[in-house]
Amino acid sequence: MSTGDTFITNNIRHTEMKSGKNEIWMAYQKEIADDHYYLARSCIRQNIFPAAEDLLMKILRDDLGREIYDDERQTTCSGIAYHSGLLPMETTMTVVARQFALMNEAGYENFVVSCVTSFGIYAEMLETWKHFPETLKNTREALLRATGKTFTIPANIVHASDIIYKFRKEIGEKLKYRLVNAQTGKPLKVVEHIGCHYAKIFPSYGVGGAEYPYVLAGLIDEWGGEQVDYPERRHCCGFGFRQYLLKSNRGYSVTNSKIKFDSMEPYKPDLIIANCPGCTFFLDRWQYVIAEQEGKTYGENGYGIPVLTYEEIAGLLLGYDPWDIGLQVHQVSAEPLLDKLGIIYDPESKYRGYKGEDLGKPEKPHVLKTI
Amino acid sequence: MPTLYEELEKDIRFREGLKACLNCGVCTAICPAAAVSDYDPRQVVNLVQERNESELENLLKGDLIWKCGECLSCKTRCPRGNVPCYIIQALRGLSIEKGFFIESEQGRKQLAIKRTVGDHILKYGYCVYIDEVDNETYPEQGPVWKWMRENRVSMLKRLGASYRENRSGALRNTNKESLKDLKKIFDETGGTARFEKIEKYSSEMAKKMNKEFSEEKDEYWRYLYNE
Repeated sequence: MSTGDTFITNNIRHTEMKSGKNEIWMAYQKEIADDHYYLARSCIRQNIFPAAEDLLMKILRDDLGREIYDDERQTTCSGIAYHSGLLPMETTMTVVARQFALMNEAGYENFVVSCVTSFGIYAEMLETWKHFPETLKNTREALLRATGKTFTIPANIVHASDIIYKFRKEIGEKLKYRLVNAQTGKPLKVVEHIGCHYAKIFPSYGVGGAEYPYVLAGLIDEWGGEQVDYPERRHCCGFGFRQYLLKSNRGYSVTNSKIKFDSMEPYKPDLIIANCPGCTFFLDRWQYVIAEQEGKTYGENGYGIPVLTYEEIAGLLLGYDPWDIGLQVHQVSAEPLLDKLGIIYDPESKYRGYKGEDLGKPEKPHVLKTI
Repeated sequence: MPTLYEELEKDIRFREGLKACLNCGVCTAICPAAAVSDYDPRQVVNLVQERNESELENLLKGDLIWKCGECLSCKTRCPRGNVPCYIIQALRGLSIEKGFFIESEQGRKQLAIKRTVGDHILKYGYCVYIDEVDNETYPEQGPVWKWMRENRVSMLKRLGASYRENRSGALRNTNKESLKDLKKIFDETGGTARFEKIEKYSSEMAKKMNKEFSEEKDEYWRYLYNE
């Protein structure tokens, strides 16, 4: 994707188009607050990538000098249940209102959402309140009756990946490694996957909207990698909420992920990054399932394609220890990527516990190779 | 008594989602559910806008409305501003309210989701919690997860989480006041009533199917979840 920079087609320099394209591109930008954030944690991320949200906060605090609050009283937004057809809209709307009330009580106005499903939920409730004011009134009354709380709407609401995108240049200046193969000097080929609920529902809430999502592509461009543009780039990962949540229905989920893997395979990606907890999880685990069930592996030499969150790749490039930021709990081994990036790591530390004790090793899958 | 169509119109998502469908099929072209099953959002929207009550009842008692994955890719692409997924959300809600969901194989599976994600919210404060995610129920989690879960006390501490601790952080114990707030919100806004309806209608169906029905992962749950 061009962001409006000068480009060349058929040897003609189209500089005159630059300002026009920049103007168009500006319409796809969003406001991302500069500091003082209130973090809303993700149901899936806490479990599947339990170090990711703390890494986000570390990068913000230690590398960027920003402040972010982690509230003990927060809860789920209830979005997974809502999108599985379990909850009335009014319930989810009031849970959302409580989260905003907690943010108010803590003295913040910039709401940062760690989950893409949640981000879509917050956007949906804000838009519903805007277009159907009686629902806002009803929610205020329901929240007050249930909890005694009142709330004001956040001044700024962003997804956590928006913040990494906003500071991509500042992070870029501090990088110890870049998205470049340390052996060949060539850019790594990076697939970026944007969760559907980031901008497909309310395009104006996402960087680049639904048509030109740039929130992760901007990181790849800034940090020296090469974007992989493949046919099924914007296809859903296949979560499907109730489709994944039931063992009987999981064929929906793995098949949609496979559609994506098959489509990206010819481009030989070195890495997948995603901004949605579910997508990151499925793109990692379904590679294991496809390998074991079908004998098919993606990536090089049977190891699969590593799948990282946006802060995990930022943390790695900034020089954080891969085993302190939780890369050992991904099913697809991170080492082939670490080797390409030229990152030195301690293999012995990978499976050590809190006190440095040896926790043994996970079993090896039959087909998917692991380290 | 209001008609089914009138009931649907009470749902703002239905009013937002259904304007005028010209049956172009763009929603079906973009739909991940249509890519992997016989689900066809164009067909659902077309049927709903016919306003035929007996057809609507069939829809609410059938499998089709449960096949959508709620990715909402259809919202981005409809050239007329319809949102098939919003219509599905309204249909799913009404199907449960009327007790029609137990009539279909897919619809009755709502109990299995209520007993996991739904109950987890009120128990843990989150839809998902590591203690509940075992490899037998979720085999795709694979061997690394199994290892992590077996060593979770030490491993999660190393990774900076607050597992089973009463302080902020990942996987902490959600405090009692927050859980109480959630329960009261559910009571106040129809969440609890919805859960009770799912349990009540499901117990009737379990009896009809001669499956043991009690709580949590009983025989009826295992049947719904696995088959």
